[in-house]
Amino acid sequence: MNGNEKIRKATTHISQNEVLIFERSSAGKKAYMLPPLDVPDVDPAKLLGELAREDLGHMPEVSEIEIIRHYTRLSTWNYAVDHGMYPLGSCTMKYNARVNETVARLPGLAEAHPYQPERISQGALLIMKLLSEQLLEITGMDAITLQPAAGAHGELTGILMVRACLESRGNPRKKILIPDSAHGTNPATAAMVGYSVENLKSNAAGMVDIPSLEAQVNEDVAALMLTNPNTLGVFEREIHKIAEILHRKGALLYMDGANMNALVGKVRPGDFGADVMHLNLHKTFSTPHGGGGPGSGPVACKKILDPFLPAPVIVTKADGTLGFEYNRPQSIGRVRMFYGNFGMHVRALAYIMANGPDGLRQTTEDAVLNANYVRKGLEDAYELPYKTPTMHEVVFSDRRQTAKGIKTGDIAKRLIDYGFHPYTVSFPLVVPGALMIEPTESESKASLDLFIEAMKDIAEEVEQNPEIILEAPHNTRISRLDETTAARKPILRWKPQS
Amino acid sequence: MAYPADYKYTKEHEWLKVEGNTGTIGITDHAQESLGDIVFVELPKVGTEIIAGKTFGTVESVKAVSDLFAPVTGTVTEINEALNTAPEQVNKDAHAAWMIKVELKDPSEANQLLSVGDYEKFVAEEGGH
Repeated sequence: MNGNEKIRKATTHISQNEVLIFERSSAGKKAYMLPPLDVPDVDPAKLLGELAREDLGHMPEVSEIEIIRHYTRLSTWNYAVDHGMYPLGSCTMKYNARVNETVARLPGLAEAHPYQPERISQGALLIMKLLSEQLLEITGMDAITLQPAAGAHGELTGILMVRACLESRGNPRKKILIPDSAHGTNPATAAMVGYSVENLKSNAAGMVDIPSLEAQVNEDVAALMLTNPNTLGVFEREIHKIAEILHRKGALLYMDGANMNALVGKVRPGDFGADVMHLNLHKTFSTPHGGGGPGSGPVACKKILDPFLPAPVIVTKADGTLGFEYNRPQSIGRVRMFYGNFGMHVRALAYIMANGPDGLRQTTEDAVLNANYVRKGLEDAYELPYKTPTMHEVVFSDRRQTAKGIKTGDIAKRLIDYGFHPYTVSFPLVVPGALMIEPTESESKASLDLFIEAMKDIAEEVEQNPEIILEAPHNTRISRLDETTAARKPILRWKPQS
Repeated sequence: MAYPADYKYTKEHEWLKVEGNTGTIGITDHAQESLGDIVFVELPKVGTEIIAGKTFGTVESVKAVSDLFAPVTGTVTEINEALNTAPEQVNKDAHAAWMIKVELKDPSEANQLLSVGDYEKFVAEEGGH
């Protein structure tokens, strides 16, 4: 009896032993066969002298099938949204539709080279232009860059634009305001752009406290970085007022678009006063997120910030063809080689066009409905610290479970045994012991029920059999890791045994 | 763990021990308890001026990175080098594992901080935050 009998989900983690590829190595094996040398042999030592490297270090010497098997086996140890529910709050781990992949693999797109002349890149340019237009329609903004490689890079780009704009008005200002519920990347971004960070407290409803904001906004404040809905999943209902307070003092409103999955087709940040924002195509627009990436973090802005967008921007030329405009004297400069992660632009456009306006709106409604279904299903088993209505995600706390010595991290480990990826642990920081759950629209009622049942069973185990949770996971290749020692004394590379 | 009666406390969960012109600063047992296992402590260099209410360093646990806030204004005279290699000392005994010593600009500034009774009350009201 190990407590697994009641687990109904079919997939457990495939368990097998796999040594490192270095340990599989045997001298002389190789996975390649080169044709005979048909050019004069060159002695590197003659060209480079003592800089020529003779000892190549320890490289694994293995055959082709050994390489394939090694990495295929490792890939079976991953947990992905293609395996099951991945309710990692704030990450929007939605299904990456296969139609995106089909389109991205069309030879004309997959084999396009960024150095192709513009006249034979018109299709690729059109995709970027169409995506730009769709994203502007969705956000209610005026101008956009697709260059940034992911969310935090988008933040950096956006705040650099804010700084450039304020500098052009004569004073870059000193501070950025950031709510205590924000993603950690926000203060990091502000610091990278040379601003000091000032914390903004949330009120009892989990929203920006308007009187505090009014007291803190002055001529030193460059911008407020705000996520809406915020990391508690709560929509900032007074967002118009927030924007007005900032604008009155000449400060700008930056919107972190991490939670756009709650807004697409319903509300446009451009209409509620945001001046600049980033989108995460790998969250909201279904391009791969995490190991499969890469990400993509377009930045959209109002007209006032348009001159400062990274160069180049896509334009329609006099002869009607598309091209890149580099002559942008006030631009913050290029932020990414070529034109960003183009493959993700293709996938995001495929997602938008496959759904259409009504489909996108439905997606948003389903994402919010699913999160509220989970909230309702679990509110008797776990403490809900903020009772304010929430949108696409819900944050519980481990307050009831800590009485039995069980913390959010322990519950997350046990959830792995039930076949689910853990929710987000210990974030946002405004909730001590947070369990942050975002099911996305991808889950059916049946899979949500399975998840709710698993979480309730775990809450029951906390009362009846806390040991099983403290030692979880039990169904994985290896059980509980010593994360503290791994952080304090990390072993970062393999070394041959002497 | 009992909070020493001769220390002063902040709402950001730092403690201060004053001896003449020298202040010794660390984080409270409540702070280490809510942070979880501490893996890294980043402290200022000797000679740095710290300002009451502003950050002077960070403490990183398996859960999160948190700022350290200066309880008082002063100049750093010594840092606890042992925490570089053994940050777990803070988890073991937070009230003994001091982080920095400062030469106080104004020793009377400490009077504005919380007494042990006030701090215990504050922690109880905050409910484990």
